[in-house]
Amino acid sequence: MSIAWYLAVSAIVFSLGAVGVITRRNPLVVLLCLELMLNGANLALVAFSRMWGNGDGQIFALIVMTVAACEVCIGLGMIVAIYRRRLPIDVDDLRELQG
Amino acid sequence: MSAVLFFIAATGVITGATGVVVLRDAFYSVLSLVVHLISLSVLFLLLRAEFVAAVQVVVYAGAVMVLYVFVVAYVGGEADSLGERLRGAGPIGSGLRRAGAIIGGALLVELLIALLGTGLEAIEGKGAGYSPGPRTFGTPAYIGNLLLTRFLLTFEIASFLLLIAAVGGVVLARRRGGIGEEAEDAMRPLELPRPPGTGTMAEGVGRSVP
Repeated sequence: MSIAWYLAVSAIVFSLGAVGVITRRNPLVVLLCLELMLNGANLALVAFSRMWGNGDGQIFALIVMTVAACEVCIGLGMIVAIYRRRLPIDVDDLRELQG
Repeated sequence: MSAVLFFIAATGVITGATGVVVLRDAFYSVLSLVVHLISLSVLFLLLRAEFVAAVQVVVYAGAVMVLYVFVVAYVGGEADSLGERLRGAGPIGSGLRRAGAIIGGALLVELLIALLGTGLEAIEGKGAGYSPGPRTFGTPAYIGNLLLTRFLLTFEIASFLLLIAAVGGVVLARRRGGIGEEAEDAMRPLELPRPPGTGTMAEGVGRSVP
């Protein structure tokens, strides 16, 4: 399969993740959709790495995975803290930071 | 053969991603993301990224998804879906949904133009050749060599970031009362019975604290 097919799949996954981030209200699902966007970017990075026969893209993908793991850790910790304070788990109702 | 495998894996990837966005229950969204991640690792294998595929399965589909499942089980995400939002919020919800779909579609078109409409000739090829042998492309030895030589600083920064995130996760998710209550806790000897709500395992299984 040519590299273009992989890039098309990565673009579709990224767009689906973006739609999910925009439309869903549950912050857990918003985090999942962020993972989708990161995975789409990862697929493009690995595809370009294969295209040039160079390992830099794979290292980049691994670092993206590390950052995603950190983001999940902090995000889920925040969701648990929100739940403990009996605040609504809904991104439309959590607007204290809005100013 | 590789084309067949590509289409099977790509179908899994896109189906899983659609499931994450559309399914009503957060638990099913997580399970759908697991399907997505495993199919994605097949795509990585087809792209000769063996180590990245293994890390994807072990770290993402294993560890991170278990974390998600536990938090979803703990928080018990309310049923929230595109369809329910459409019904519940009336014209506003429907308008928001349509706007989200339009933005997503525009993003997809833009990305496809940017990725596939480039002048790169190599994009139509199957990728550069790779040398078979002990230090072949994408194996753990190759990645490890790169990580510990050219990308050593990146590697160290990533490890430091993981440490900070672990500490931050513990600090964010720990059980806390008011400030006065914490000071009271600090003076309490260990032998005395604990106040309710301190997160012992007996409470977790629903047994009342003596």
